[in-house]
Amino acid sequence: MTQVSSPTLETPAERYRMMRLIREFETRALALVREGLIVGGTHPYTGQEAVAVGVCAALRTGDQLTSTHRGHGHVLAKGADPGRLLAELLGRENGLNHGRGGSMHAADLSLGILGANGMVGAGAPIAVGAAWAAGRRGRDTVVAAFFGDGALNQGVLLESLNLAAIWRVPVVFVCENNGYATTLPASAGVAGSAVGRAAAFGIPAETVDGMDVAAVAAAAGRAAARARAGQGPSFLECRTYRFEGHHTVERRMKLSYRDAAEVAAWRARDPLLLDPPAEAASIDAEVAELLDRAEEFARAGAVPAATGASRYLYADGLRARAGAGA
Amino acid sequence: MSWLSYPKALNRALADALAEDETVCVLGEDVGAGMAGVTLGLRDRFGAGRIVDTPLSEQAFTSMGVGAALAGMRPVIELQIPSLLFLAFEQIANQAHKFSLMTGGQARVPLTVVVPGSGSRLGWAGQHSDQPYSLFAHVGVKTVVPATPSDAYGLLATAIRDDDPVLLFAPAGALPVREDVVAPLVPIPLGSARIHRPGTEVTVLAIGHLVHEALAVAEELAGEVDIEVLDPRTLHPFDWEALGDSLERTGRLVVLDDANRSCGFAAEVLATASEEFRLVAPPRRVTRPDGAVLPFAPELDRALQPSREQLRTAVRGVLKGGWAW
Repeated sequence: MTQVSSPTLETPAERYRMMRLIREFETRALALVREGLIVGGTHPYTGQEAVAVGVCAALRTGDQLTSTHRGHGHVLAKGADPGRLLAELLGRENGLNHGRGGSMHAADLSLGILGANGMVGAGAPIAVGAAWAAGRRGRDTVVAAFFGDGALNQGVLLESLNLAAIWRVPVVFVCENNGYATTLPASAGVAGSAVGRAAAFGIPAETVDGMDVAAVAAAAGRAAARARAGQGPSFLECRTYRFEGHHTVERRMKLSYRDAAEVAAWRARDPLLLDPPAEAASIDAEVAELLDRAEEFARAGAVPAATGASRYLYADGLRARAGAGA
Repeated sequence: MSWLSYPKALNRALADALAEDETVCVLGEDVGAGMAGVTLGLRDRFGAGRIVDTPLSEQAFTSMGVGAALAGMRPVIELQIPSLLFLAFEQIANQAHKFSLMTGGQARVPLTVVVPGSGSRLGWAGQHSDQPYSLFAHVGVKTVVPATPSDAYGLLATAIRDDDPVLLFAPAGALPVREDVVAPLVPIPLGSARIHRPGTEVTVLAIGHLVHEALAVAEELAGEVDIEVLDPRTLHPFDWEALGDSLERTGRLVVLDDANRSCGFAAEVLATASEEFRLVAPPRRVTRPDGAVLPFAPELDRALQPSREQLRTAVRGVLKGGWAW
């Protein structure tokens, strides 16, 4: 697989730009959901941008990541083309996955994006395997495994922490603690703590302000350096918040599991407002223009032909027997 | 010429693959020591970096295999007990199998999972005696169930080279089989059935170790009926053409399948044969009962597995039976 360069996210302006790109991407995605063009809904990353951007700032070309059901931010921050991601959300042939994956499975393997994943915690062992394999093949690849606070209670995540620790696998475990596993508050679902789980396996762990991209980037940089130096996995708990509901469908449901004051308090800590660069306005305009083109590209994409519904099912082209209507 | 045992055949296939391709590795519980017999001696030859003893974390190390496969390796996972597949079902059915389609063909997952001893081994009771191959054929995972040592070698060799996940069930009942090997061991393509015994009156399609039971019954009844014993070897993809050809000759079908009856693999064979092929009598199947859980006592364990007596009865049934009954 040809490797495509990851974006540089070193300067405050570059990081701000990527956070703005994610924010505006999600805004447009939401509009397309309302328009009925994105079916099934999506899980907006709005509010959590500093985590994806801060972590990806520590990753290089050739590094990899596994993502979650709330994956647009990770996928964009690792360098995926916004037009192709948007086309994927629309289910078009010109999407990242040719319309076969949608929001929850968006992937670009040429950029080391091993996929958003619809199962909570499922990306962690995949990240461990990819990092282990890279190490075996003499590469200094680092793999970031993103997951939420909900995954802290998945057995497979704890198994993965153990495997990574005993084999000193170069993984950065990134827990995006946005306070809620769907509607269940972390306080009601997580005994002990996120970093306590890592500590139990002897994995260096720290909690950082997930609304502060510089703080996340610094912590991720330390973790990636440990991984590249052969010192094994690290664990970051990024305290953050999703400004939108769990998924876009929730907007119509009028659920009340979060206090309005709580939402307002976190919105006041918007990562985009924390320390915007002087050129923020021109960056915003450039991003808006970029997304205009992205949306144009996505809307113009061809709808996949029904005859290709089982294309790609097997890597070797094995054809499944016909089902319905046969 | 040499006598080849079934576990030794798997062992040799692994050794040849490890020697030929440095991206091949083995992950599993007790694989270093070779507890299940299949990996004996491999750690000494290839090192602990390639024959990797894992902690008892089937879900994580199976999905680790998925990640390693995405990163360009060809991992072989050993799951010692068939019921461990229930633990790792998510990782195999929902991750490994779906990556190719979900990524629009970007991802290949050349992962092989070997279960060295599926089905009953008498005395291992309810949680160690399942035969869950139908589940994986149902979800679309490439599934092979070799009956003989040379087929075990050839199908494992092919499974490791395949760019998709492949699950190999080595039935416990076939592990004692030894074979006088005269030809070189070679890879065998997936989806290619094997006629073990040609016949003209009844096709007995037998899966895994039951091939040997079918052959024994065919010999026993040779004076009464001419039975063709057909071994699909691969359940998915299945060699429907070979079944159709056989039924062109015989027109009568009995399926011998160690899976549970309802939604078991035999049900699919009967359904397709009824839909698509020439049958002069209603087909029959010999299986475990619906939803079987094997009890501990040997007499009870055996009572739930397909028997020669049931097969004889089924064969005589299809000989007598016509559609007008």
